[in-house]
Amino acid sequence: MTNTNATLTRRQLLSRSAAAGAAFVVGTGYVASTSAAWAMEVQHLQPTTMATLIQMARDIYPHDHVADEFYAAAVKGYDSEENAETVEAGIAALNAAAEGKGYASYIDVGWERDRVDILRSMENSAFFQAVRGGLVTGLYNQKAVWPLFGYEGESYSQGGYLNHGFDDINWV
Amino acid sequence: MSAPFDLNDDSVVVIIGTGAGGGVLANELAQKGVSVVALEAGGRYLPEDYVNDEWESFGQLAWLDARTTSGDWRVAKDFSGLPAWIVKAVGGTTTHWAGASLRFQDHEWKARTTYGDVQGANLLDWPIDPREMDDYYTKAEDKLGVTRTGGREGLPGCNNYKVFEAGAKALGYKDVHTGRMAINSAERDGEQACQQTGFCFQGCKWGAKWSAAYRDIPAGEATGNLEVRSRAHVLKIEHDEGGKVTGVLYADADGNQQMQKARIICVAGNSIESPRLLLNSESSMYPDGLANSSGQVGRNYMRHMTGSVYAIFDKPVKMWRGTTMAGIIQDEARHDPSRGFVGGYELETLALGLPFMAAFLDPGAWGREFTTALDGYENMAGMWIVGEDMPQETNRITLNHDVKDQYGLPAPNVHFDDHPNDIAMRNHAYKQGAAVYEAVGATRVFPTPPYPSTHNLGTNRMSENPRDGVVNSHGQTHDIANLFISDGSQFTTGAAENPTLTIVALAIRQADHIAAEMGRGNL
Repeated sequence: MTNTNATLTRRQLLSRSAAAGAAFVVGTGYVASTSAAWAMEVQHLQPTTMATLIQMARDIYPHDHVADEFYAAAVKGYDSEENAETVEAGIAALNAAAEGKGYASYIDVGWERDRVDILRSMENSAFFQAVRGGLVTGLYNQKAVWPLFGYEGESYSQGGYLNHGFDDINWV
Repeated sequence: MSAPFDLNDDSVVVIIGTGAGGGVLANELAQKGVSVVALEAGGRYLPEDYVNDEWESFGQLAWLDARTTSGDWRVAKDFSGLPAWIVKAVGGTTTHWAGASLRFQDHEWKARTTYGDVQGANLLDWPIDPREMDDYYTKAEDKLGVTRTGGREGLPGCNNYKVFEAGAKALGYKDVHTGRMAINSAERDGEQACQQTGFCFQGCKWGAKWSAAYRDIPAGEATGNLEVRSRAHVLKIEHDEGGKVTGVLYADADGNQQMQKARIICVAGNSIESPRLLLNSESSMYPDGLANSSGQVGRNYMRHMTGSVYAIFDKPVKMWRGTTMAGIIQDEARHDPSRGFVGGYELETLALGLPFMAAFLDPGAWGREFTTALDGYENMAGMWIVGEDMPQETNRITLNHDVKDQYGLPAPNVHFDDHPNDIAMRNHAYKQGAAVYEAVGATRVFPTPPYPSTHNLGTNRMSENPRDGVVNSHGQTHDIANLFISDGSQFTTGAAENPTLTIVALAIRQADHIAAEMGRGNL
C-alpha cells in the first residue's frame, strides 16, 4: 500500500520535488500527488517511471471517483528488482510513442484521449497486456476500493443480508 | 466412523471423484451396505473454511491444474488456461454450484427424435424413458431439499430478482419465479435456512445449500462403509488380462504413488478429467484408452449455450445482496423451431461481486466504455443464460502431450467451437434478456460472453448402441462390465437445464443398479 507521510507538509514536499505531469510530483526515491495527499516510496524504479505507470493505470481503467493512491497501490508491486528492467523498458517504449506524436513524454500528454491513442497503438504488447491484466485484480480486488463502487462484500459476519436489505429495492 | 479399507482389498467399489455424481453414489452405495473407497483429488473444506471473497475463494477451491484450450469459443482467448470453473475439493463442484435444480423436459431425453437431423450435430436419444426418471427425480429433490418441490416453499426474492421479475412480467413471460433451488427456504432436519448472504459460488457458510461435501459424504461415512481419501489424485486405471478393471494408481497427499485394488470402478471426475483418465489409462489391450472401442471417449463435449446479460438502471439495485441465483424465467425453455433454433434456454438471475464483474463483464476490455459500466455497478442487475448446446464430435477432450501436469501426465486440451444452433440461440437470448431489463427502464445493457465452463457434459456419453457412445443406460461402459461413469460426462445431450439434479438422480439410479447386480453376482 501507499505510505502517506504525515510529517511532510505540502510546501516541504513541493520544495523538494519536480512536477511529473499535472497530477504527480517526483523527488529522490518517491512519487507523490501534487496535492501531497499521498506519497509512495520507490526503490527499484525511477520515480518518474512509477508516476508514468500510475497514469497509465488510470488511463487503462479510468474511474474519476477513484483517487490516484488506489492506482498507485495497484501497480506498487512493479517496484521490485525482478520487474524493474521490464517496466523501465515498457515505460520507455510508451514515452517513445508519445515523443513520436510530438509530446515530451507520455505523462505530459494533456488529454486522456490522446494518451489512450498512444496506449491503443501498443495494446497488443506484452507489457501493456501484463499491466492491464494485473490491474483487474490489483485495482478491483482492493477492499478499500469496493465502497467507492457501492459494493459491500461479505455479509456473513453480520448474519447475511436477510435482515440487511436483500429485498429493499423500492422502485420496481 | 469412517471405515479404513486396505489397499489390497479387492472387494471395494472405488469411486473417483466426490461431486454431484461420485459423492452421491458413494453415499447411496454405503447406505446399502456396499464397501466404498472414494478418491478425491482435492482437500476437504467445510462451511467454516469457506471464504466470502471471490478471488481468495477461487484460490482455495478452483481446479487449477494445467489445461489448454482451442477452438473458436471466446474462453480460449480470454481464459486460455482455464476452460472450466470447477472445484477441486471433497464434494467437488457441489461446493460452488448455485443450487438450480430443474428436471429435464420429456422431449429433451429424445433430442435426436425431437430435433431431427441437425447438420453438424451428433445428436442421439438418451437410452432412458423419461417416465423411468420420475421417481429418481423425486428422490433427488428430496435429498437436495429443492424448493417448490415436495411441498417446500420457494425462497424470497432479492433485489436482483425483483428487477428481473418485473421486466419478465412486463414482457409477458408467465413462468417466472424464484426457482427450484437446493437451498433451504426453511430449517430442515437441523440444517440452516438461507440467510441471503450471497457468495453461493464460494461455498455456503451456513450449509443451507446442498453440497455433497457436508451432506452426502458425512452421511456415507457414518455408515462405516465409506472411506474418503482426500488429496488422492488418480493417475491411471489398471486392468487384468481378461480386460476387467482391477484397481487404480493414485498419488496420495504426500505425492507417493499408491495402488488401490477394486471390484468395481466408478469414474466421476467431471467431463474433462473423466475422459482424460480413460485416455491416460491406455494399454496394449486398449491402445485408444479404456472403454473407447466406439472412439467416442472425450468427444461430444458440451458446456451449455451460455452467456449473461447485465444491465444498468438509473437507481440502485445492489444485486450482490442475496442468493447468487435468485430466480428464473422458463418460458424460453421450450422447443420451438420457429425461433430459428432447436431446443431452448432458461434465464436465471446471477450476481457477481465487483472483483469478478471486473474480470468477466467483458474480458480484456479497457478504457471508458468498460469503466463506466463498472461505475454503474451498484445500479446493475444481471442474469445468466443456460440453454441446450449441440453435441459435436469435434468438440472434445484430448491429451496434450506438449503440456504435462504436476504428475508428468499429459494435460487435457478442451476444444470447443460453437454450433450455428448455439449461436442462433445465444443471440435470441441476448435479445430477450436485454428486453427484460429495458422493459423496466435499463439505460444500458451488456450482452456478456460465456465464462469458463461450469456445466461440462457429454464426453463419455450414454448410448443404446455401443457404436455410438461409451456407456449404457446405467452408466456402465459398453466395453468393460465393472467400469462405470458416474458424472455429467454420461450425458447423451445437455438439455436446457442446469445439470446437477439430473447427475444426482442418475447417481441414485446407478447405485440401485450396481447394488442389484452385485447381489445377483453379476459384478
